[in-house]
Amino acid sequence: MLKIDRRLIKNFDWVTFGLILAITLIGIATIYSATRLPVEGMDGSQPDFYLKQMLWLCISIIALFAVVMIDYVWFYRLAYIFYAIGLILLIAVLIAGKSSLGAQRWLNLGFIAFQPSEFFRLAFIMAFSSYLVNKNLYERIPLSCVFVFGIIPLFLIILQPDLGTGILLISLFVILSVMRGLSRKIITLAVIVSLISIPFLGHIFWENMKDYQKNRLIAFADPEVDPSGIGYHINQSKVAIGSGSFIGKGYLKGTQGPLRFLPEKHTDFIFSVFSEEWGFLGSMALFSLYIVLFLRGLDTAKKAKDEFGKLVATGIVSMFFIYFLVNTGMTLGIMPVVGVPLPFMSYGGTALLSNFVAAGVLINIRTRRFELFY
Amino acid sequence: MFEKRIKIATWVVIAIFVLLGVRIWHLQIINGDKYRLMSENNRLRIIKTPAPRGIIFDRNNIPLVKNIPVFSVSINPENISLIDRGALAEILAISVDEINDKFDKKDNSSFVPIKLKQGLGFVEVSKIEARKSDFPGLFVETEIGREYIYGKTGGHVIGYLGKITPDQIKNPELKNFPPDALIGQWGIEALYDSSLRGTPGERIIEVDAIGRELRLVQHRQAVKGNDIILSIDINIQHAVEESFGEKAGSLVAVKPSTGEILALESLPSFDPNLFASGVMSADWRALIEDKKKPMLNRALQSQYPPGSTFKIITAIAALEEKVITPEAKVYCSGGISFGKWTFGCWKKGGHGSVNLHKALVESCDVYFYEVGKRLGIDRIHKYATSLGLGQPTGVSLYPIKERSGLIPSTIWKKEKRKQQWYLGETYNASIGQGYVTTTPVQMAVMLASVLNGGNVYTPTFIKDATPNLVRSFKISDATSRLVKEALSGVVNEAGGTARSAHSSITIIGGKTGTAQVVSKGKEAGGRFNDHAWFVAFAPVENPEIAMTVFVEHGGHGGATAAPIAKKAIEAYFKKPKTEQQKQNAKN
Repeated sequence: MLKIDRRLIKNFDWVTFGLILAITLIGIATIYSATRLPVEGMDGSQPDFYLKQMLWLCISIIALFAVVMIDYVWFYRLAYIFYAIGLILLIAVLIAGKSSLGAQRWLNLGFIAFQPSEFFRLAFIMAFSSYLVNKNLYERIPLSCVFVFGIIPLFLIILQPDLGTGILLISLFVILSVMRGLSRKIITLAVIVSLISIPFLGHIFWENMKDYQKNRLIAFADPEVDPSGIGYHINQSKVAIGSGSFIGKGYLKGTQGPLRFLPEKHTDFIFSVFSEEWGFLGSMALFSLYIVLFLRGLDTAKKAKDEFGKLVATGIVSMFFIYFLVNTGMTLGIMPVVGVPLPFMSYGGTALLSNFVAAGVLINIRTRRFELFY
Repeated sequence: MFEKRIKIATWVVIAIFVLLGVRIWHLQIINGDKYRLMSENNRLRIIKTPAPRGIIFDRNNIPLVKNIPVFSVSINPENISLIDRGALAEILAISVDEINDKFDKKDNSSFVPIKLKQGLGFVEVSKIEARKSDFPGLFVETEIGREYIYGKTGGHVIGYLGKITPDQIKNPELKNFPPDALIGQWGIEALYDSSLRGTPGERIIEVDAIGRELRLVQHRQAVKGNDIILSIDINIQHAVEESFGEKAGSLVAVKPSTGEILALESLPSFDPNLFASGVMSADWRALIEDKKKPMLNRALQSQYPPGSTFKIITAIAALEEKVITPEAKVYCSGGISFGKWTFGCWKKGGHGSVNLHKALVESCDVYFYEVGKRLGIDRIHKYATSLGLGQPTGVSLYPIKERSGLIPSTIWKKEKRKQQWYLGETYNASIGQGYVTTTPVQMAVMLASVLNGGNVYTPTFIKDATPNLVRSFKISDATSRLVKEALSGVVNEAGGTARSAHSSITIIGGKTGTAQVVSKGKEAGGRFNDHAWFVAFAPVENPEIAMTVFVEHGGHGGATAAPIAKKAIEAYFKKPKTEQQKQNAKN
């Protein structure tokens, strides 16, 4: 199962690795700035978020190399088992989950608390990809497929409720189906059906949403109403980014984060903090890293040696991209506030680990693109 | 197929990046300046520190007011959902409804504190501070308020501070004031508000999102307002208030040589401390609706016939116009007949033969009927108006509107009443009855000008202010001396009507008067009793103080008003300083 040979080292995708490492380091620097004390010499000390994130980075890098070393054919073989475990964990979190902001997402294992949805989304990509490899979706999507990979996981996610993961799963389901060769006819039909069902699904979602989630949507639709100050937070994010102007206020010179005008300044709103300090130039530089990461990922999908690799790579890139879009869209005030982290930048140990593992799978696929099945 | 769709995906990714880039460009480049300003406004807060108000002193440098901290309680709106409203209402001693009103107001912004109560004292504040932990977001602010050391004494003059009114906030000079600012609303406090007020200081601080102060960015000290030294003497005010007792009325004393007001009391008075921290509406209504009208400034706003005090004018006019000589005598048999009417003298048996001196000393009405007849109403009118009657004196005491009194004339009667003037009316006017009305402050100004040789000054409350000469109406020295001697006789000679004003400290001169109250029946001491006037000055040689005392329903001036004048004049000359006052003066 483990196989280290020269080709593995020679073909290792240093570009992807370098990109995520760079983004993560920028993230740690920004976490430091966002959580620093607003006035030097104030009572209290610098919170250690940045140190924790560094520690998690080390763990994540080790995990990434471990993932790269495993031939991804094993992921194909074990995909359904991963998926089953993932579903069980989702059920477990509903029963015994730890609540944060009114949503049950965390599972406490004593030594570590993690979000099963972070594991589940990767298991979903693998399982759905391995399912699609053996199916021809050109004519129709089997009901069992919709049920197993659509309705069941979505139902469990809605119950939590976890809007971010819900959006991701629907998107991945559509994207992977389309990439597997869904005919234009079905795509058109699906678009029509989904357009019709949006109010219906929206209703179910709405009924299950917590008040804070409802408020976010209301605030996005009409910031004037602003039931709980969410509109204020979006506005503060715009103020932070806008006040960065062309070259930014300078590192450690941002005010919106340390003075707590931004909520979740080191997690969901980390881009606002970065953009305030580094301005338009810095933001464009950061975006360049991301765009290269995504395009490289898509290239990996194109070059993957088998169907499974292609689909998994597509799924992982899509996941990164959707999170990136939803997060930056929120901070820029052009999308509703959905609490998703910015991949690799936001503070959060298990999220970083899961993203590195996903990136590891991506690197794995690229690294082994010349290998043949043994 | 897959490769084609990957290609499409690639373009989708690039397109979305372009969109995000445009959005960032829009925020940072196009609106960068706007957002930079907003972020500065976010973190910087300007806190005005109130300027200590100028102190108001009396003419002997005794402070009349003290600056004291007044407290107000506010709450940060983000905390109101956590508040037990009932308990809060209890410790603030306001009703739950009031709290509900303030909390549930529609225009509450989520970051501007809601002011719950103003004008709290130390005791209330310490109560609140003790229980503050039960009410997150509750905080106490300090403003500068006033303590009026002498309470009711001089209340009408000193006035009080009050919450700025919506109308006042429209005034461009006041438009930067916070909506709850305390500004002068009455009396000297209002009249000289802009000078007393000073310039508030400014502290620019950096705050975080929950409003915690993090660091001082800039600081400008508040500049204390200017002190004011009033011309009034608090000792006189105090003596006046004491000697009036329960009686209503007023006293105005001026310095004849300048028009400075040495004392002005209107009784009953009100305690400005009631208003000092923004008056409670119930107290205010009680004052407004009080039947005794404590908010009425009787010195400026009550006008009544001056009675015999007006004989001073008639006497001066007669001497100056030479319609009679000082020695010439008129026989008083107790009244004169005119047509079917009889005009009586107050002394039923008559005074016998009286000259000017005796006529003034004993206040013989018949003598003045006779000289009034010789003068005619228009000459009386000329002297009265020239010496300050029949028109506002120009004394300003916000927000009081001074009344102008009335000095009738033939022209006035023709224009206003469309009637000709009758001789009987001249008789009445000669002794200050009938149409003639004056205010106490006018009578004081009139007397001052008679004593200083005819200079009418606008009365002022500021010590050593440049005298504002309204008119100089020459009265001959001989006339002046004769009148002064006669007025001295009123107090100091046997048969004088104001013997009760005789003082061992100084020689007082004066003239009594009675304003008849038109009534169906007279009950002694009751509300149908006549109003008493007394005008007085001292010392007779070279007068330093001239005053009017008016006692509502006081009966005869000699009995009730004269002793009050005597007390006031003695207070002026004695200038006793209590230990407390010396202490205050030092501070």
